[in-house]
Amino acid sequence: MAVIEAQGLVKVYRSRKSEVRALDGVDLEVEEGTVLGLLGPNGAGKTTTVRVLTTLLRADAGRATIAGLDVGRDAQAVRRMIGLSGQYAAIDENLTGRENLWMFGRLYQLSSHDAKGRAAELLTRFDLEKAGDRVAKTYSGGMRRRLDLAAALIGQPKLLFLDEPTTGLDPRSRLGMWDVIRTQVREGATLLLTTQYLEEADALADEIAVVDTGKIIARGTADELKTQVGGERIEVVVHDHDHLGRAAQLIAPDGLATIDEHSRRLTIAAEGGAQQLVEVVLRLGEEQIRIDDVGLRRPTLDDVFLALTGHAAEVEPDANDTRTDMTSEGESA
Amino acid sequence: MNSLRIAVADGIVISWRNLKRVPRIPELAIFAILQSIMFVLLFAFVFGGAIPIPGGGSYREFLMPGIFVQTLAFASVTTAIAVADDMTKGLIDRFRSLPMARSAVLSGRTFADIVYNVGLLIVLMLTGLVVGWGVHSSFVDFMYGVLLLLFFTYAMAWIGVYLGLSVPTVEVAQQLGFLVIFPITFLSNAFVPTETLPAALQPIAEWNPVSALTGATRELFGNPNPYASSSFPGEHPILMSVMWTIALLVVFMPLAIRKYRAIDR
Repeated sequence: MAVIEAQGLVKVYRSRKSEVRALDGVDLEVEEGTVLGLLGPNGAGKTTTVRVLTTLLRADAGRATIAGLDVGRDAQAVRRMIGLSGQYAAIDENLTGRENLWMFGRLYQLSSHDAKGRAAELLTRFDLEKAGDRVAKTYSGGMRRRLDLAAALIGQPKLLFLDEPTTGLDPRSRLGMWDVIRTQVREGATLLLTTQYLEEADALADEIAVVDTGKIIARGTADELKTQVGGERIEVVVHDHDHLGRAAQLIAPDGLATIDEHSRRLTIAAEGGAQQLVEVVLRLGEEQIRIDDVGLRRPTLDDVFLALTGHAAEVEPDANDTRTDMTSEGESA
Repeated sequence: MNSLRIAVADGIVISWRNLKRVPRIPELAIFAILQSIMFVLLFAFVFGGAIPIPGGGSYREFLMPGIFVQTLAFASVTTAIAVADDMTKGLIDRFRSLPMARSAVLSGRTFADIVYNVGLLIVLMLTGLVVGWGVHSSFVDFMYGVLLLLFFTYAMAWIGVYLGLSVPTVEVAQQLGFLVIFPITFLSNAFVPTETLPAALQPIAEWNPVSALTGATRELFGNPNPYASSSFPGEHPILMSVMWTIALLVVFMPLAIRKYRAIDR
């Protein structure tokens, strides 16, 4: 049975000057015990989708249910089943980690005793035991995120929403966060997570839905998407600007090379992997074309976007972000 | 009945977390008190000698009720800042995603403000006793006065909530708060008898809710109250203050609740 079902979600933000269709007909289905990754650039509609599904925002049109309950009409029942960890760690900085978890547990309608027990359990699980009685203001970015995730889990929700769980974290904290999320998944949590990174969706999600300008434009496993994009990429930077055209002809006879004139960079899809890289280097060498750099890299979100939409992933300010911008800057400082 | 129990329990949890702020950021309360003490010293010792009280009486006894009202009015700015902070940090969204009573975020907030302001008031009264203020009425009248002050505080807290939910950032809450509260407290009888104001400003000062409450407090505490002039609010400060507080509540409580409910649009 699908735990999340959404059909034709539309959300339009109107101001005097403009009209932004944050959601333009989003359809979603997430089966119990699976992980769906919503992948897209800033402003694609990821956060808006999460906000509608978690009862924080009313959609202008369309319908969404969580375990058969309508997010609008049965909002309070929906809230009993979900846990949300938003884009910015939403914890009370003046309370300790333990107090935060106790408070959210109480507000999840646990008894004071149960909330205490659950808080202790989660602090241990998220490696916050030692910091548990320190005021959250003193926590690092990674610790805040872990506390935020712990807060989302306090009521043992059936369904977990994680909105960009690793944005703004350093690489080490990001890996730590991935471990924590993976543990949840292993224990059978149903999860919807949003991310800007293909790598992250790849690492955590069973299925990926690519979001662009308020619509789901593709859906599949990470492998399926990568195949659509054409697997890995070979990038060559030629030394001499005049050689760009000829080099492109040599390494991509079918004409499917992306040429960046400014950085003298050629990018082609490389189904043949490392072997194809060797051939490219040899062929350019035979023709005496000097190169400054060459390499094989995995497709990025940009490549997925380019392949799916024909345009690069544009970064637009998210309509919801106006209030929270300041916080994100504050946290990274 | 069950939903009422949840509403009360959740409201208490929210009050608890708002009050935790006080010991965790002691500067907030300390600066609020220091600011008031500064006003007490400034007016009691610097300007006070130049301000005669019509009908006689000690200026310091005249001053303290004005200080009480001013401090409580400024406390609403603290509320606005705290609410704006919760909004920008995403805490309000977290609360809204929990299966808690919808009313608790605001009821808990405003209740915590009353508790906080009781604390402020006690410190200020002790300060007043030190500089020569005193209560010269019955205990019952004194308690009426205190209740009137707290009732006003409650209305001001709702104004603070409404402001906090309406502004885009914490800084704006701070600026806007001071912009509104400063003129209201100074264009009143809190520091000078209204008779000394220019004729054009006198009616404004007389009908000002701050003046009504200050006058009522002076009357109930038995402090000099030259405000009792021929104007209607001057003759009925207690009635006026109750009416004003009810009016502020009737306007700002629904506004704040509506604003809170409209966050999901």
